[in-house]
Amino acid sequence: MNKYETVFILTPVLSDDQMKETVEKFKSVLTDNGATIENEENWGLRKLAYPIENKNTGFYTLIEFEGEPTIVDKLETAFRRDEKVIRFLTFRLDKFAAEYAVKRRAVRKAKQEERAAAEAAAAEAPAVEEAPAVVEAPATEANAETKE
Amino acid sequence: MAQEQVRPNNQGEIRYLTPMSVDTRKKKYCRFKRSGIKYIDYKDPEFLKKFLNEQGKILPRRITGTSLKFQRRVAKAVKRARHLALLPYVTDLMK
Repeated sequence: MNKYETVFILTPVLSDDQMKETVEKFKSVLTDNGATIENEENWGLRKLAYPIENKNTGFYTLIEFEGEPTIVDKLETAFRRDEKVIRFLTFRLDKFAAEYAVKRRAVRKAKQEERAAAEAAAAEAPAVEEAPAVVEAPATEANAETKE
Repeated sequence: MAQEQVRPNNQGEIRYLTPMSVDTRKKKYCRFKRSGIKYIDYKDPEFLKKFLNEQGKILPRRITGTSLKFQRRVAKAVKRARHLALLPYVTDLMK
C-alpha cells in the first residue's frame, strides 16, 4: 500500500453539477479498486499559466489516496478516456511529502475553522456592538453639553 | 604661498564618506537546509518563482545557493507545476 496524490484539470465549459459529478466518478474509480481516499480538495476555477486545448481556465481537483500500485494505471486510463479531463498528474508520496501533506491538511482545516469562526463572530458581533454604542452615545452627548 | 602647500595633499587622494565595499560578498546558503524544509511543494507557484528567472527558467545553483539535494527537488517541483499549468514553460517578464 502506497500513498498517492493526484491532481487533474477539468474543462471550464462544464457546469458546477457536471464538474462535481465527474469528480465523484473518479472517486468511485478509486474506491471501487480498493483505495481509501484520504483527502480531497477542490481548488475551483483557476487560470492556467498557458493555454491547454485552447482553454485558459480549468477546474482543479486534488485527491490524496492510499492503495496498491496497480490502481494508478486504472485511474490514468480513466483519465485518458474522459474528454473532460484536460490534464492530470499522479505520483507517489515519499515520506517527506506524506509528512507535508498531513501538515498541510491540518493547516487548511484550521484555516477553514478560523474562517467559519470569524463568520460566526461577524454574525454575532453587530448585535454585541450595538448595545454599548447606544449606552455610550448619550454619555458623550452629556459630556459635550457639560463642556459647553 | 601657504595655499600652494596645502593643495598637493588634497589632490593626491580621493576621499569617500563611506569606505568602498570591494570584497564584502555574502556567503550563499541553502535556504532549505537552513530553515529545515524537507519537501518542496509544487502547489505553491509563488514560492517556486524565487527559483526562476524572468523567462521562467530554473536558476542555477551557483546563483541561488541551493544545495544539490534540494536543487533536484526544486527542479522536480517546478516541472510538476509546469505540467499542471501552475507555472508557464516559456514566458517573458514573469514577475
